[in-house]
Amino acid sequence: MFRVISNEEIAPQLNRMVIEVPRVARARKPGQFVMVRCSAGRERIPLTIADDDPKAGTITLIIQAVGTSTKEIVAVPAGGYLTDVAGPLGLPTEIERLGRIACVGGGAGTAVLFPLAKALAQAGNEVTTIIGGRSEQYVILLKELGAFSKQVFVTTEDGSSGEKGFVTLPLQRLLADPNQRPAAVYAVGPVPMMKAVSNLTRTFGVHTIVSLNPIMVDGTGMCGGCRVTVAGKIKFACVDGPEFDGHQVDFDELSARQTTYLELDDHGCRLDPQLAAMQKD
Amino acid sequence: MTALTPKERLAIDRVKMPEQDAKQRACNFTEVNLGLTQERAMEEAQRCIACKNKPCVDGCPVAVRIPEFITAVAAGNFEEAARILRVDNALPATTGRVCPQEVQCEGVCVRGKKGHPVAIGWLERFVADWAAEHMPKEHPPTTTTGFRVAVVGSGPGGLTTAGELARLGHKVHIFEALHDTGGVLRYGIPEFRLPKAVVDREVENLRTLGVVIECNVIVGRTLTVDELAVAFDAVFIANGAGLPMFLDVPGENFKGVYSANEYLTRVNLMGAGQDLKGGTPIARGETVVVFGGGNVAMDGVRTAKRLGAAHAICAYRRTRAEMPARSEEIAHAEEEGIEFHYLLAPLEILADAKGWVRAVRVQKMQLGEPDASGRRRPMPIAGSEFEMPCQIVVVALGTTANPLLTNATPALKLNKWQNIVVDAKQATAMAGVFAGGDIVRGGATVILAMGDGKVAAFGIDEYLKNKIPKHQA
Repeated sequence: MFRVISNEEIAPQLNRMVIEVPRVARARKPGQFVMVRCSAGRERIPLTIADDDPKAGTITLIIQAVGTSTKEIVAVPAGGYLTDVAGPLGLPTEIERLGRIACVGGGAGTAVLFPLAKALAQAGNEVTTIIGGRSEQYVILLKELGAFSKQVFVTTEDGSSGEKGFVTLPLQRLLADPNQRPAAVYAVGPVPMMKAVSNLTRTFGVHTIVSLNPIMVDGTGMCGGCRVTVAGKIKFACVDGPEFDGHQVDFDELSARQTTYLELDDHGCRLDPQLAAMQKD
Repeated sequence: MTALTPKERLAIDRVKMPEQDAKQRACNFTEVNLGLTQERAMEEAQRCIACKNKPCVDGCPVAVRIPEFITAVAAGNFEEAARILRVDNALPATTGRVCPQEVQCEGVCVRGKKGHPVAIGWLERFVADWAAEHMPKEHPPTTTTGFRVAVVGSGPGGLTTAGELARLGHKVHIFEALHDTGGVLRYGIPEFRLPKAVVDREVENLRTLGVVIECNVIVGRTLTVDELAVAFDAVFIANGAGLPMFLDVPGENFKGVYSANEYLTRVNLMGAGQDLKGGTPIARGETVVVFGGGNVAMDGVRTAKRLGAAHAICAYRRTRAEMPARSEEIAHAEEEGIEFHYLLAPLEILADAKGWVRAVRVQKMQLGEPDASGRRRPMPIAGSEFEMPCQIVVVALGTTANPLLTNATPALKLNKWQNIVVDAKQATAMAGVFAGGDIVRGGATVILAMGDGKVAAFGIDEYLKNKIPKHQA
């Protein structure tokens, strides 16, 4: 049992939870995740560790509550308990001093980006941060990222904050400007966003790291459910990742695999799209 | 009771195991074998002629004194039989159910030369189940040594070592990576073959012996072996099987393709298939094809049947004779209506427009000359390719070594398959650190992991003989 120290909603359907897991707090490095099971009988899901406080023995998770399991987890109040928290899992981010770096976050992916960006800045890199969301309220961690970024660009799809459009707009300008072009780009967010960023940086030949979030069961390499194709080979996101070279990832396959359980009914049978439409009518 | 003459013993036919009806059990997850009654067990035990050479004992990886315990059963002295088993085998209720007896003890039984061998596995299971019901739990030893041993993994290897060490008076702390105990006994072997209540019972026994089990600790990540080696007087690594192998054919990342590990873990460990809303889901289909011929393939295809597949198909590259699965599992599967397609190899998995499996393209094989393993090599028959329509594909081809622990522990010596190298006492290249089971052997069996655990426990005990406990209690 792992105690929830605090739990606050920082944006719609987005919670910041601080959880007491002393060993994970001590061992954890940026880029790693934990497997969380809210209570007996529920799913195990991977959640990236956003921050830690080894002295207090706590880790911070930023959770987008969109599915049944994530909704149940964010419903646990401060003082409550999560049954299982195991980690840290995945390979840590390779933090090198590369010079200029662009960190790009989309929606809740910004929470995953945050620890990477912080570690990269601490290693002496000049970090430019680009964060995007559907609208202003989905733009998260602006202040926190601003604390160590040289500059921060914000984009929203509806223009309610920052530039109207996608994160690729300011990124394109950085890449096109020889005086601002980053040595590497780190991108975390929805799969279409990471794909768009990778396609863009490829044309400029700028190395790009993405953090993938496929479906996992155990998170320790045992099940292979999180397999992704990288450079034509099967990789397991839980032990070989979750970070990969964005120019080598088969994003279309990843997108398709992520929809697996959205297309099944409660019994596990495939939903017939025509039948579902008929029932709706 | 007067002893039977050898002739009378030879006249008794091998007992039949009462089973759940095949049609009925193909729709549920409760255990197939129902167990022997006392009378049937005693009668079966009398078939043992107590031969001088005891080949069965040599055939057992943990050298259970089989004739001794069987003689006790024949005399109706089940308590004595249980005591013998308990000394030799830490998990008799488990091995009685899952050991490949036909290639071990029963395979070399003298009675098998003419007719059927003594049903050693069923008798072992009978005694273990009887003991669980009728005998008091073991007590922790009254004197303790003050030594503390860390065990990595609560599967068969870890449980065995922990039990042996606890009985020797050492304090044992097991670290388990998953949220529940038992390793492969829980996530891998299905309920219909090994009820989880049996696993719970074995784990509970250890707890009464004073063993501490902590879940959610991934050694190599949460804690390192180096940290354990400092904090404890000795370490035993039995972290089990590794990464599942895939077919290496196009299309195996389509939706509806599972490794057997994932398929079974979802059902066995996570409770998928019970229609619990919000629980772990699993995809079902009218036709499920499982590739492989081992015990895991049998578990997978029989699970598919129980999840409602109209056609649960096992496709294997060789023939029934070469299948590595336990013969009882193959027979049970056949009775349950599992469809076996022999001499068939996959070429490609095909999907519909939405990326879901719709068929697998396969090729017929024929057996050629024996390969390095001594089994005849399957050779493709040109022009024999065809499509098998299906919605789910399960791949049961075995595993490769899990790198989580070994990558974080450079002092361990590994072989070319990345398995840990050990000596005859299961000692690794690190002082005081022992290892066994699949992380040493690659894919093996429950009983071989237990054998390693037993050897390691004595190795550790011997290693500790000249040491002083690091922490005074």
